[in-house]
Amino acid sequence: MSAIRIVKRQEPLGWSSFFVLVAAIVLSLLLSAVILVIGGTPPVEGITVLFKGAFGSRFAFEDALLKATPIFLCSLGVALAFKLKVWNIGAEGQYALGAVGATWMALSFPNAPAWLLLPAMIAMAVAAGGVWGFIPALLRQKLKTNEIIVTLMMNYIAILFLDYLVYGIWKDPASFGFPMTAEFSEAAIVGRIGATNFSWGLVHCLFLGVLFWVFISFSRIGFEIKASGDNVRAARYAGIPYDRLVMLVMALSGALAGWAGFLEASSTVNRLQPSIMAGYGYTAIVVAWLARLNPLFIGIASFMLAGLRVGVEGLQLDLQVPAAFGGIIEGLILLTVLAGGLFSNYRMVWVRKKT
Amino acid sequence: MRFTKLVAAAVLGVGLCFSQAMAKEMNVGFVYVSPIGDAGWSYAHDMGRQALEKMDGVTTSYVEAVAEGPDSERVMLNMARKGYDVIFATSFGYMDPMLKVAKQFPETIFMHCSGFKTADNMGNYFGRMYQARYLSGMVAGAMTKSNTIGYVAAFPIPEVIRGINAFTLGAQAMNPDVTVRVVWTKTWYDPATEKEAAKSLLDVGADVIAQHQDSPGPQEAAQEKGVYSIGYNSDMSQFAPDAHLTAPIWNWGPFYIETIKQVQAGTWKAGSSWPGLADGIVDLSPMSDMVPKEVQDKVMAKKAAIIAGEKVFVGPIKDQKGMEKVAAGSSMSDGDMLGMTWFVQGVIGTTE
Repeated sequence: MSAIRIVKRQEPLGWSSFFVLVAAIVLSLLLSAVILVIGGTPPVEGITVLFKGAFGSRFAFEDALLKATPIFLCSLGVALAFKLKVWNIGAEGQYALGAVGATWMALSFPNAPAWLLLPAMIAMAVAAGGVWGFIPALLRQKLKTNEIIVTLMMNYIAILFLDYLVYGIWKDPASFGFPMTAEFSEAAIVGRIGATNFSWGLVHCLFLGVLFWVFISFSRIGFEIKASGDNVRAARYAGIPYDRLVMLVMALSGALAGWAGFLEASSTVNRLQPSIMAGYGYTAIVVAWLARLNPLFIGIASFMLAGLRVGVEGLQLDLQVPAAFGGIIEGLILLTVLAGGLFSNYRMVWVRKKT
Repeated sequence: MRFTKLVAAAVLGVGLCFSQAMAKEMNVGFVYVSPIGDAGWSYAHDMGRQALEKMDGVTTSYVEAVAEGPDSERVMLNMARKGYDVIFATSFGYMDPMLKVAKQFPETIFMHCSGFKTADNMGNYFGRMYQARYLSGMVAGAMTKSNTIGYVAAFPIPEVIRGINAFTLGAQAMNPDVTVRVVWTKTWYDPATEKEAAKSLLDVGADVIAQHQDSPGPQEAAQEKGVYSIGYNSDMSQFAPDAHLTAPIWNWGPFYIETIKQVQAGTWKAGSSWPGLADGIVDLSPMSDMVPKEVQDKVMAKKAAIIAGEKVFVGPIKDQKGMEKVAAGSSMSDGDMLGMTWFVQGVIGTTE
């Protein structure tokens, strides 16, 4: 008789975990190919079209980066909270309020110059998103509410508030009653870099990503976040102001999602309308976990996931694979990668049992 | 000198490519907001696409479940880049993205459904669904016993509001005491939410459920409760055989074929077209046997009258507060109908 026993590794797998990741992705692609075959699509061609559509041309690259931007920033936000083991499920709502805040500035000062208006929009977006993150943290620390429930429910409030504005007082009078604000003035739009199609939003992402990394790795608060995330009691014992830390982190988390809302409204949509809510706040949670909360990996994972979503459209157009296939691949990748995490933290041991 | 020759050669080459492209198959792309398996809006458009596919020299493809906003812009951009000659986008939220893409690809023809903006190479089209809605309202008004009809509706935008108003006027024509209760789902396609919304209407006493949604969810709710229902988009009787009375339906095929013929002949011009019952783009699906013969006759008579030119929104029409919006003897202009943001008297609900 022999059996497999699962033993926790003393040291987490180092660079080899990279191979686990690659193996997981390859496995998920193989499974996707099987599904393509079942659906009657030639699998090699299908996967090729998928990758070409996702990363195979400059256009695809630009599209994937553009779509990755809000996912990246929201994901950065939730990752910050997750590092503290505070479960912010509310990036969606914080993103919505960020977009609302930015729009408020853009609509209030249509004649302001860009150098004044854009910072004002960012400030208002960050403040609005931050407050939406701060409230559940306050409730959690003062009233012992569950932040998962509160952030989730506040998403609905935020989205309905956005709807209220767009269907009501902010509705463009020239829109025939359709729900959208007037288009932003030139000054309120974050444009493209030079002659390329890359948005300046990418630079925002780079800046915030580096800032995030420096903050977590080198600042005292960053250290306190990691320490408190590992063990709350020990952190309190060590004199870390845990309550204040939670509130700060949640506010920052919301602020990052709010920034994403600003960029999406300003750079991509150029106005506020209900379809700005595309579920990025929830995708961000998936991305944060795929990337194990590391900002560089978050960048890569959001780009990959965005690319996948872009590529699936090409797959539909060229080979008429149903849209649901995209969701299936996404689910498969998430499943295999997270399951692969088992091999990074545990090892399999063959045990011969004496009978 | 050499440079000019090169340029001339290049121009000639490009020209040749174009003339070849003319002789080649025409590629037509469709962008749908929901999956085509929805039995609803996108399904109806896809039936039209399939009719196009049968034409000589036409190849079609589509991308389904495309979110309105930036995602749709990317999908249309990619179609244009891949050399699609005509692109149909079939949801309101695709309007501004399409306009942006249309400016970048002046050679490509863009057709947007349900909006109001146009460009030199972008037209818009829609059908006068409110005419068929009026007829379905007549059926609902005749069949309700509680005098309460439930209406599950997607978004408070003019298209939906116009439909609810026409439906209510139709119901009132058969039964002056009828009220129509509206619930907004804020989604075009979400079977579970739509079904729940229908149930909430059943709970307040509605005994006919109508819908402006793309899934048969509300039909199922009516079927389970044992009350009547009015479908939408396509004949939904298979989902609720004991409830489904009729449905205002779309028939896009002839319109799409006509458009492509115009493009092939080079006579296509960007404009706004709004055909109706008379052109067959909207219709009423066959009425169930549950609808009494005399009701059916009245509905068919009205249908014939509308085809012959009778208007639906004819005064006197009052809004919910009792204010007269359309004076007796006059009828609403297309512009007023396209921008309708108020409910007629007899509708319970708000347009916010």
